[in-house]
Amino acid sequence: MSMAVYHAAVATLLLGAAAIAAPSQAETIKVTIDRLAYAPAEIEAKVGDEIEWINKDSLIHTATVKGGAQVLLPAKKSGRLRLQEPGSFDYICRYHPNMKGRITVRP
Amino acid sequence: MTKNLKAAATAIALFIGATGALGADKPTDPQIAHIAYTAGVLDIEAAKQAIAMSKNKAVVEFAETMLRDHEAVNSQALDLVKKLNVTPEDNDTSKALSQAAETKRQELAKLSGAEFDRAYVEHEVAYHKQVNGALETMLIPAAQNGELKSLLETGLKLFQGHQQHAEHVAAELK
Repeated sequence: MSMAVYHAAVATLLLGAAAIAAPSQAETIKVTIDRLAYAPAEIEAKVGDEIEWINKDSLIHTATVKGGAQVLLPAKKSGRLRLQEPGSFDYICRYHPNMKGRITVRP
Repeated sequence: MTKNLKAAATAIALFIGATGALGADKPTDPQIAHIAYTAGVLDIEAAKQAIAMSKNKAVVEFAETMLRDHEAVNSQALDLVKKLNVTPEDNDTSKALSQAAETKRQELAKLSGAEFDRAYVEHEVAYHKQVNGALETMLIPAAQNGELKSLLETGLKLFQGHQQHAEHVAAELK
């Protein structure tokens, strides 16, 4: 196989993989907030997935990762976060720190 | 614990003592509704004082949360009593809570700056602890109506959150 053909083949493979990976595999995971509790409290996801918190309370909540991302969740509204790195993240509501959740993100 | 808070705690203890021992005349739903609503109003007033007096970002944010949350819960409580056709009934516990809050308000009004911030937040920790204790041991067990009981249970979870939030701010101020 000549160098040019090899490069073309690799490029095709990469493009093909990217086309399949991006839109069809990323998921939206829903977490409901009702009476000061995240449900489900623990979720598993992978990099690229999005979490949508649906706040059913008449109170403002947040999903706040200590030293990290924060999503503001107004009363009766929802908010989203795209997961960008793998790891295990504990989060709380900054206004009601007894609300606790965990996201485990696979690569 | 400050003197006035002690007075309120004593009032609640007396209320439990006077009614709980016999188990016959626990607080009624109209009294429970009045106590819970009053406790919320008093914390809203304290929050307004803090928002006006404090320059500390964490303290003001905490006070704004108290104002917002207690207004939201009290508006739910008003909707519920209307729906249930219950008229909240004034009682000794509500009166003692109001008196203690007024004394505290005057005490706080004499302070300023970091001194005010610390005193307000420490009082908020103690106040929520006291109200949560009353909810757990007196108000929730005594509530007869299921919807009232359920609102009180949500209230307890919310106020436990406030207590933790206040404890975090208190630790920051030290």
